[in-house]
Amino acid sequence: MFFWIFQVSLHGFLRDITRTLIQRIEEAFDTFFGGGNNPLRHLGAMGLYFLWIVVGTGLYLFTVLDISIHGVYNSIGHQSRDLWYFGGILRSLHRYASDAFILVMMLHMLREWAYGRYYGFRFYSWITGVPLIWLVYASGIGGYWIVWDQLAQFSAISTTELLDWLPIFSEPAARNFLAPDSINDRFFSMLVFIHIGVPLLLILGLWAHVHRISRVDYLPSRRLMLGTMATLLLLALIKPALSDAAANLALAPVELRLDWFILFIHPLTDITSPALVWSMLLAATALLFLLPFLPHPKAEPVAEVDAANCNGCSRCLADCPYAAITMEPHPNRPGYKIAVVDPDLCASCGICAGSCPSSTPFRRQEKLVTGIDMPQQGVNALRQQLETQLAQLNQGTRIVVFGCARGADIKALAAPDTAVISLICTGILPPSFVEYALRGGADGVMLTGCRTGGCDFRLGDRWTTERLSGQREPRLRGNVPLTRLQLVFASANDDKILAEALQDFRTRLETQAVSADPLQPYFRRPSHHA
Amino acid sequence: MLKPAAATVGQVILYAAFAAFVGYFATAPTYKQIPDDVALIKLSISHLGDRECRKRDPEELKKLPPNMRAPMDCPRGRSDIKLEVDIDGQPAFQTVMHPTGLYKDGISTVYKRFEVKAGTHQLSVRMNDNLVKPGFNFVKEAEVTLKPAQVMVIDFNPDRGGLFFK
Ligand code: HEM
Ligand code: SF4
Ligand code: SF4
Repeated sequence: MFFWIFQVSLHGFLRDITRTLIQRIEEAFDTFFGGGNNPLRHLGAMGLYFLWIVVGTGLYLFTVLDISIHGVYNSIGHQSRDLWYFGGILRSLHRYASDAFILVMMLHMLREWAYGRYYGFRFYSWITGVPLIWLVYASGIGGYWIVWDQLAQFSAISTTELLDWLPIFSEPAARNFLAPDSINDRFFSMLVFIHIGVPLLLILGLWAHVHRISRVDYLPSRRLMLGTMATLLLLALIKPALSDAAANLALAPVELRLDWFILFIHPLTDITSPALVWSMLLAATALLFLLPFLPHPKAEPVAEVDAANCNGCSRCLADCPYAAITMEPHPNRPGYKIAVVDPDLCASCGICAGSCPSSTPFRRQEKLVTGIDMPQQGVNALRQQLETQLAQLNQGTRIVVFGCARGADIKALAAPDTAVISLICTGILPPSFVEYALRGGADGVMLTGCRTGGCDFRLGDRWTTERLSGQREPRLRGNVPLTRLQLVFASANDDKILAEALQDFRTRLETQAVSADPLQPYFRRPSHHA
Repeated sequence: MLKPAAATVGQVILYAAFAAFVGYFATAPTYKQIPDDVALIKLSISHLGDRECRKRDPEELKKLPPNMRAPMDCPRGRSDIKLEVDIDGQPAFQTVMHPTGLYKDGISTVYKRFEVKAGTHQLSVRMNDNLVKPGFNFVKEAEVTLKPAQVMVIDFNPDRGGLFFK
C-alpha cells in the first residue's frame, strides 16, 4: 500500500517537473515563433508533416529501387552518387524526416504525459498512440535493411538475434544471415513489402488515433512547414545520407555510423542482453498502457442539453473540440434537430455553452436556461456571479476580468475596482457576456486564456478570438466598442504579464474619451437602478 | 513578442539546432560492436535429430499382430542433440538441443556467436544426434586462421558429410 502511494506520488512528482520544464521551453519558443508557428505546440501535426515527407520520398525511392541482392545497394548508391541533386536529396529527406518523425513523436508523447493528457476522455487518444511506436520502429529498422550495406547487415543480424530470443521461429531467423549465400532476392521483395506495408498500418493507426477529436491539427502552419522543409533540404545538401560499404556476410562490420534515433536498440542489446531488452520494451509498453488506469482526478460533469432551449443550430457541434456532439431529431419539435452529448467523449470544457445562441444573458428569464450547459458552471450562475460582482464594484475604473482557470492566476487581480470571474475554459464565455458586463456598469472587460496553441481543450483560445473579432458565431455585437475589451493570452507562468496588461488597460480606459462609449446601460432587474 | 528581425534570427538558430541534432545523431557517434582484432565464429545448426529406436525382444514381437511385427520400435519423437565446441583445447560451449514441435518431432536448432582474437585457432566440434547411443557420431576438428572481422560459420549438413566450417 505504502509502496503504491509512493509510486503514484513519485510519478506525479516526475510528471510535474517535466511539465514545468516543457512549459518553460515551449514558452521560450513562443518568443521566437509565436504560438501558431511554435513547433512544440504542434508536435502531432509536425509528426504528420514528417510522415508525409517520408511517404512521398519513399514512393520515389521505391520506383528507382532494383529489388535484388546486388541491385538494392547499387540502385540506391546510384541515386546518391549520380543523381545527388535529385534522388540523393530525396533519399536524404527520407532519412532525416524519419529521424525527425521519431524525435517529434517522442516529444509529443512526453508532452501529453507531462500535461496529464492520458486519462478520462483522452484515454482513447493515448491508448491508440502506444502501438504506433512499435509500428514506427518496425518501419524504421526495416528501412535501414533495404540499403544492404554494412549497417543493414549489422541491423539485420542484431534484430534477428534479438527476435530469436523469443520463441517465435522454429529455426533461428539469424541463420538467414550466416554467409553471403544465405540470402536471396526474395528476401528483398519481402523486405520492401514489409517496409511499405507497416507504414500503411501506421497511417491506419494514426487515422484511429485522431478519430475522436474534431478539427485535427493535421498539418503545421505554412510558415512552420516552409521553415522545416528548408532546414531539411539544407541538411540534405550539407550532409547527404549515404550508404556504408556494401554488405558482406563473411565479414563483420567494424565501425558503424549508427542512426541512434532508430537503431539505438542494437547497442542497448549488446551492453545488456536480449532478455533484458525484451523485458524493458514490454515493461515500457505495459506501463504506457497502464498509465491511464493509475489514480487520477475524477472526471468533471459533462455538458447537458436542454431540449426546450435547443433550436438545433449545430453551433455547439461545430465548436466542440472532442467531437462529443451529434445532432439528432428533436424529441418535441418536429423537423428540428437537437444536440446530443456523448459523455464518453465530452471533455467538460464548456466551449459548447459559449457557442450556444441561447446562452445570451440578455434574456429576461429569471433563471437563464440555455441549450447546452455545464452543471458545474452554468450560464445562469455565471450571470448571477457577474451581476453580484458588478454591483460590488464601486470605485474608479471598473473592470471585469474573465479568465481561464488553467491560465494565469486571475484571483490575485481582485480589487474594489476589479471583479474576477474564473472560467473552466475561456471558450465557455458567450461573447454577449462582454456586452452585458459593459452595459451593466463595467468600464472595461478583460478576457484571459492560455497562450495561443496552449489551450488544454485544444480550441478554446481559437474560438474565443474568432467570436470576439466577429469571424465566428456567436459574434460579439458590432456596437460593442473594442477599446473597452482587452484579450490577454497568458499561461500559468505569466501572472506578471497579466497584472501589467491589466494596469495598461486601466490606464488606457482612464485616458480615453468617455464619448467613445455608445452603449446604453442595461439592467435586467429594475431593482438594480434603485 | 520580439521585433520580427530578432524573432527571425531566433528561429534560424532554433532550426539550425534542430538540423544539427538530427544530422548528428543520424550517424554519430560511431559504434563498434567488436574490437578491431577480433573475428567471429558463428555456430548455427539446424538439424532433425535421429529417432531413438529400440529393438523389440521376441516376447514382445509375438504379442503384436503379425502384420505389425516390425523388429524396431521407433517413436515419433526425435532425439535431443548433444553438442560440444572446444576452442584451442578449452571447452567453449556445450549444449543439448531439444527438438521443436508439440510431439518433439521437429528440428533442433542452436545459434551462438563467439568472439575470438584474430589468428590461428584449434577448433573441435562434436555432435551426437541420437542419445540412445553413447559418444559422438559427428566430429570435426581443424586448425583455422581468421582475419580480423572475419565471420566463420560452423554448420551441419548431412549431404556435406556432417559438420563443416566455412
Ligand atoms: C506516431 C506518431 C504520432 C502522431 C503523428 C500523432 C499525431 C497526433 C495528432 C495530429 C493529434 C491531434 C492534435 C490536435 O489536433 O490537437 C494527436 C493527439 C494526441 N496524441 Fe498523438 N500522435 C502520435 C503518437 C502518439 C503517441 C505515441 C501517444 C502516446 C502514447 C500519443 C498521444 C496523444 C494524445 C493523448 C492526444 C490527444 C491530445 C488532446 O486530446 O489534447 N500520440 N496526436
Ligand atoms: S463540454 Fe466541451 S467536449 Fe463536452 S460537449 Fe461541450 S464542447 Fe464538447
Ligand atoms: S448551440 Fe445550442 S441551440 Fe445550437 S444545437 Fe447546440 S445546444 Fe442546440
